[in-house]
Amino acid sequence: MSETIMQVQDLKVYFDVLPQGAMPWTKPRRLRAVDGVTFDLKAGETLGIVGESGCGKSTLARAVIRMIPAEAGSVLWLGQELLKFDKKQLRNQRKQVQMIFQDPLASLNPRMNIGEIIAEPLKTHYPETPKAEIKQRVREVMEKVGLLPNLVNRYPHEFSGGQCQRIGIARALIMKPKLIICDEPVSALDVSIQAQVVNLLKELQDEMGLSLIFIAHDLSIVKHISTRIMVLYLGNMVELSDSADLYAHPRHPYTQALISAVPIPDPEIERNKEVILIEGDLPSPINPPSGCVFRTRCPRAADLCAQQKPEWRDAGDGHMVACHFHD
Amino acid sequence: MLVDSQKVGDLAENLAKMDEVKGRSLWGDALRRFKQNKAAMVSLIILTLVILFSLTGQFLTPWSNEEIDWNIMGNVAEMGKPSFETGHYFGADDLGRDLYARVVQGSRISLMVGVVGALIAVIVGTLYGAVAGYVGGRTDQIMMRIVDILMSIPYMFVLILLLVVFGRSVVMLFVGIGLISWLDMSRIVRGQTLTIKNKEFVEAAQAMGVPGFKIIMKHIVPNLLGVVAVYATLLVPGMILTESFISFLGLGVQEPSTSWGALISEGAGTIQYGTPWQLWFPLAFFVVSLFCFFFIGDGLRDALDPKDR
Ligand code: SF4
Repeated sequence: MSETIMQVQDLKVYFDVLPQGAMPWTKPRRLRAVDGVTFDLKAGETLGIVGESGCGKSTLARAVIRMIPAEAGSVLWLGQELLKFDKKQLRNQRKQVQMIFQDPLASLNPRMNIGEIIAEPLKTHYPETPKAEIKQRVREVMEKVGLLPNLVNRYPHEFSGGQCQRIGIARALIMKPKLIICDEPVSALDVSIQAQVVNLLKELQDEMGLSLIFIAHDLSIVKHISTRIMVLYLGNMVELSDSADLYAHPRHPYTQALISAVPIPDPEIERNKEVILIEGDLPSPINPPSGCVFRTRCPRAADLCAQQKPEWRDAGDGHMVACHFHD
Repeated sequence: MLVDSQKVGDLAENLAKMDEVKGRSLWGDALRRFKQNKAAMVSLIILTLVILFSLTGQFLTPWSNEEIDWNIMGNVAEMGKPSFETGHYFGADDLGRDLYARVVQGSRISLMVGVVGALIAVIVGTLYGAVAGYVGGRTDQIMMRIVDILMSIPYMFVLILLLVVFGRSVVMLFVGIGLISWLDMSRIVRGQTLTIKNKEFVEAAQAMGVPGFKIIMKHIVPNLLGVVAVYATLLVPGMILTESFISFLGLGVQEPSTSWGALISEGAGTIQYGTPWQLWFPLAFFVVSLFCFFFIGDGLRDALDPKDR
């Protein structure tokens, strides 16, 4: 059993938003971006987080590393309360967690060359590292992610999207982190390149024993890389389970709809399969529906759903789900 | 199909050994575009000549800027005409001083006022605006309200008051111009910072634990420099104009020191005595230099414009 590196308990992130054209004295309204999320993450494991855009998955990923302040809850990083870290501890923790972003080009400073970009974490945390060693390590990680090391003096705009994402990965790897947060790392890339990047991440993970938190809005990508998958809806967890199990036997109506929307490579099955359409729009997180957050769009919604919030329960074998009438 | 394995092996080896490839930085690209802009390049050359003239012009004439040519005193309109024989290339001024030497001196002061004013604006305005924009929230609000308040003061009035109260000196002029020149700059920079701040590379830097001030200096400011450079080249002529205006009013630099504005003012005052060169020479320098600055600013903007990419 590998060690648990992160434990998140009932994490809540609220934003105060002012309505358009608000006066200085109007009370801001509460936006519940993440509303009570609980999970843990083991070393070497990948947790996929899936949900529509606006469901709070990016906010969640940033809140667990304290890029965004949390309202309530706790995050234990290697057994210590991250939310209470002082500046020095936080800086120390930053060495062990890195992040990869959605837009590969935008995540690289256009005025810096590749060498500088990749070396930046190293220079930030160990400013005394000799130049030769920095150069050596930059070359190493570049090779590791499949970039020619002689390109160090090039600038980001001279690379393709996929290569830029490799640069972003190299930058994340140079500190040999324990955890990498991947915020939709492939959704801006071509489909053919998506697979390459996902495979690269997987290889690196096996090689270095990394943990990943992998965010995507689409189940098909997450399936390949994740050990476990969490499905978020409007800042709430709706289902969390082993990747294969979740895919084969989704219990929550929302997950079932998501999975039915994933295209199947076999045209015969694809034509005959039944796609569960979710009607309506995502409700506003400023005033979420009472009871179950999904009830406004749920095909199975009943009176109970409006009155009572479904509890987070085990539907067997650690397959967690939040629904009164799950399968 | 035959593949020459020997050759492929060589190629692989070459690739591995290949020297580090030089990259094309955005600055390099901008420079290349700037060089293709003829008006800007010509302006740059002319401006360089003007600057050289202002620095070394005094070595090319027998006359100093203070000496009075007693031979032509009293009859400047007749004998003080521009001519190579007398050594007064640009003629003489009303007192019989060599106008060429005076223009050299005036150019030096005017350019200095422009450059120093712009420099203050660039340094103070960039840092102030970048900090306000990056920190955001209440700090930003307070910092920008201060700028608003300073801007609402009629600065020409204050500048004139300053010069009257503390006496006319070049230092006072610098202080006065420096005080107001950075306000616009800080606003522009703040606006730009707000856009850059939301780019993912800034978030990436935050995520890897880069301290705030370093993010401003390494990630925000370098990406601002394009806008700042363009605005600064347009600011220099603005400063020169302000100084000239004040000098024209008779409040700027004090005799025996001079500037383009002061020379133009003198020349305009004596135009009815038949000495037009006293106006035309300083005016020509003034106009040509201002045009050059504007063209260079324009060229820079085109070269750095992100829409071109
Ligand atoms: S609790 Fe009710 S509304 Fe919510 S998902 Fe289950 S069935 Fe649908």
